Amino acid sequence: MAIFTPSARSFLSAALLVITPLYAAASDEVNIYSARQESLIKPLLERFTEQTGAKVNLVTGKGDALLTRLKSEGMNSPADVLLTVDAGRLYRAQEANVLQAIKSDELNSLIPGHLRSSDNQWYGLSVRARVIVYAKNRVQASQLSTYEALADPEWRGKICVRSSGNIYNQSLVAGMIASQGMMKTEGWLKGFVGNFARPPAGGDRDQIKAVASGQCDIAVVNSYYLGGMILSEDQAQQTAASKVALFWPNQKDRGTHVNISGAGITKSAKNVQLAEQLIAFLAANGSQEWYAERNNEFPVREAVKVSSVLESWGPFVADKLNVSELGRNNSAAIMAMDRAGWK
Amino acid sequence: MLVIFASLLQPFSSAWQHLFDTVLTDYITNSLLLMAGVGVGTLVLGVSAAWLTAMCEFPGRKILSWAFLLPMAMPAYIIAYTYTGILDFSGPLQTALRDTYQWQYGDYYFPQIRSLGGAICMLSLVLYPYVYMLVRVAFLEQSTAVLEASRNLGKKPWQTLFLVALPMARPAIVAGVSLALMETLADYGTVAYFGVSSFTTGIFRTWYGLGELTTAAQLCAFLMLFVFALIMAERWSRQRLRFHHHSAQKKMVRLRLKGWRSALAISVGGLIVFLGFILPATQLAIWASVGWQENINGDFFRLLFNSFSLAAIAAICCLMVAVFLAYTKRAFASRMELGAVAIASLGYAVPGTVIAVGVLIPVAWLDNQIDFLSTTWFDYSTGLLISGTIGLLVFAYLVRFLSVALNTVDSGLTAIKPSIDESARSLGATPSRVLSRIHLPILRTSLLTALLLVFVEVLKELPTTLILRPFNFNTLAVRTYELASDERLVDAALPALAIVIIGLLPVLLITKSILNERFSNE
Repeated sequence: MAIFTPSARSFLSAALLVITPLYAAASDEVNIYSARQESLIKPLLERFTEQTGAKVNLVTGKGDALLTRLKSEGMNSPADVLLTVDAGRLYRAQEANVLQAIKSDELNSLIPGHLRSSDNQWYGLSVRARVIVYAKNRVQASQLSTYEALADPEWRGKICVRSSGNIYNQSLVAGMIASQGMMKTEGWLKGFVGNFARPPAGGDRDQIKAVASGQCDIAVVNSYYLGGMILSEDQAQQTAASKVALFWPNQKDRGTHVNISGAGITKSAKNVQLAEQLIAFLAANGSQEWYAERNNEFPVREAVKVSSVLESWGPFVADKLNVSELGRNNSAAIMAMDRAGWK
Repeated sequence: MLVIFASLLQPFSSAWQHLFDTVLTDYITNSLLLMAGVGVGTLVLGVSAAWLTAMCEFPGRKILSWAFLLPMAMPAYIIAYTYTGILDFSGPLQTALRDTYQWQYGDYYFPQIRSLGGAICMLSLVLYPYVYMLVRVAFLEQSTAVLEASRNLGKKPWQTLFLVALPMARPAIVAGVSLALMETLADYGTVAYFGVSSFTTGIFRTWYGLGELTTAAQLCAFLMLFVFALIMAERWSRQRLRFHHHSAQKKMVRLRLKGWRSALAISVGGLIVFLGFILPATQLAIWASVGWQENINGDFFRLLFNSFSLAAIAAICCLMVAVFLAYTKRAFASRMELGAVAIASLGYAVPGTVIAVGVLIPVAWLDNQIDFLSTTWFDYSTGLLISGTIGLLVFAYLVRFLSVALNTVDSGLTAIKPSIDESARSLGATPSRVLSRIHLPILRTSLLTALLLVFVEVLKELPTTLILRPFNFNTLAVRTYELASDERLVDAALPALAIVIIGLLPVLLITKSILNERFSNE
């Protein structure tokens, strides 16, 4: 380039050097974009720093927003790892071509095949089960069997569930589309939505409270919310939790619907090796026990010791459907829910 | 802004057909109802509060005149959480009712808080201070002569309000209500929590759920066109009307309320403040009192510092740009300028996340171009210079909250007749002297108000901060959101309460100087 004299060039380079953010250059640091909120990941990251001496930088936010940030920052993105709280977002990141495949025998042995992408772009790190919660004094466990049976007329006006805007409802329906097909799912949705006790509102804990106080008889929620209420410091939540019980649906066929929180390494990663080390650390036994202890999530492997609350719910059969399918069918699920009038 | 409108040029995907067939009507009706409800709510609450404290005299007026501003410090999503905690079916109130009267579910009627009506109430309760603040200033700045003339002509105080004071305060009322409405349109937290499918939740559903970023941006573009049309319609309807005041700064005598009137004023005013602030703040305090000792630590103070300094920087930047724009508009009031100012103020009606993405994409592109040039010319990679820094965050706040500052400065500036400038100039004053001796003293209230509004807004702001912030940078709003989204309201109460309290500081500091404006010697 002839526009600049050599001295001007070196001056400009020096100027650029000064203003460039420092974290981009550091080699023993790993940067994470995390949809998992800070209090549910940072203690683990601190442990990782203690063990390896590597500094971990964290930004948390909503999965899609982080993915958009990652996409627009492109190859210069400072992020090394993308962490999400559902398989759908990881699938979307894979489609958006921002993750890289990692060939790691260690990770493949730690994480079962159905909880990671087939081309090794991302790995599940904890399991979240969507279960049925019922009022102990009004419903017998024997009346319950499957998600499918919740569309039966006997439950008319008795079911509470949150809005269809919630990702775990979307993935529940996406999973059903994958296993039962669209036709059956649409029929099921019609019956299920017709059984709602009230228009969907609030979060999963609100549905559990509604069951406890008699507004409805059963609710479909993620199990860790019930765990959170059982262990809550708030007396009212404990009382509500004690009035309900957990039921594992579909134990005799495809198993209870599960989603994952998981992570992948970005294409722009400056420090792939350290990022890989971090993911392996999050999948290792110590971290897996922590998820169970801290947030009542299930480990990705069966051999891991779980907390007393999880133990009290007993073992369960989880759906072995590859979680990628949840991402693949997500928009079809939403459209079906819209058509069925699930608000 | 351009990023969003550019989406209109892209082909409309099949997702539109689906939206038309199923949920679009719902989105539009709900949003319109919400706007109508909040419009009426904030208008009634804001104007009555302003009238009571500006024009009437009764015991407790002074306290009420700043207490009316308190709800402003309360983010809408937080008030929604607290009221749900109190009024929900499984909340303490209904449980107590059931226990007392042995009722079961379905035995009695109780309004459902998580509904469209509930959302209207929540938003009105926290948004009316915008109307109150601006209208109160307008009332105080109104020519006493005109008001007195009205009374001397035998009009009752009520008639004076409706025939003289309100029409004269129209720019302020419009500015206040439109701020409230824009905030309503941009609100995501409250409506999403209440399960009301509004246009905004629709935008997110289309983006997050269907993965259709383009369709979501198109929806958003339509939202902005709608807001733009509203602003233009309002401008057009008051076309050549001017609202300058011709007042000698004569002290006005407040209408003294006696007996039941005074009691009514106190109880209405007190009720508004109670519902908008005291009740929810008490609930927060009760929640926060569980385990606060372990939660107040170094980390918590860092959050306080981050939130406070970020809000202060953004407020100052916003004010500077707003003043610049307002003066440009005043000096060269051509149609095009008006249009540009109107467009710049659209940002407020757009959900924060959309602004964030609209800022993120072009800036990251620019960063990458700079990096590319630098790499090819100097063989040195700059990385991303602006993306992921506080600078980008402040820029995004500027885009989003400019209209808050601009509306306020602008409505203050319209009150200064251009002829005042002309007389001053013809008497030999330099432009800078006109500015410092005439404009600044008159505008002081408006400037402080603008500063305060932006400060509180940024403090409460969530989605933009969440997406654009640098690594390891947290604010109180982020912490509150994370805990609340995990349905841990009790843990979220402490940072939420801190937002409210920090928000109170400037409210109290600045209102002192705003409120003592004209009746200082009483």
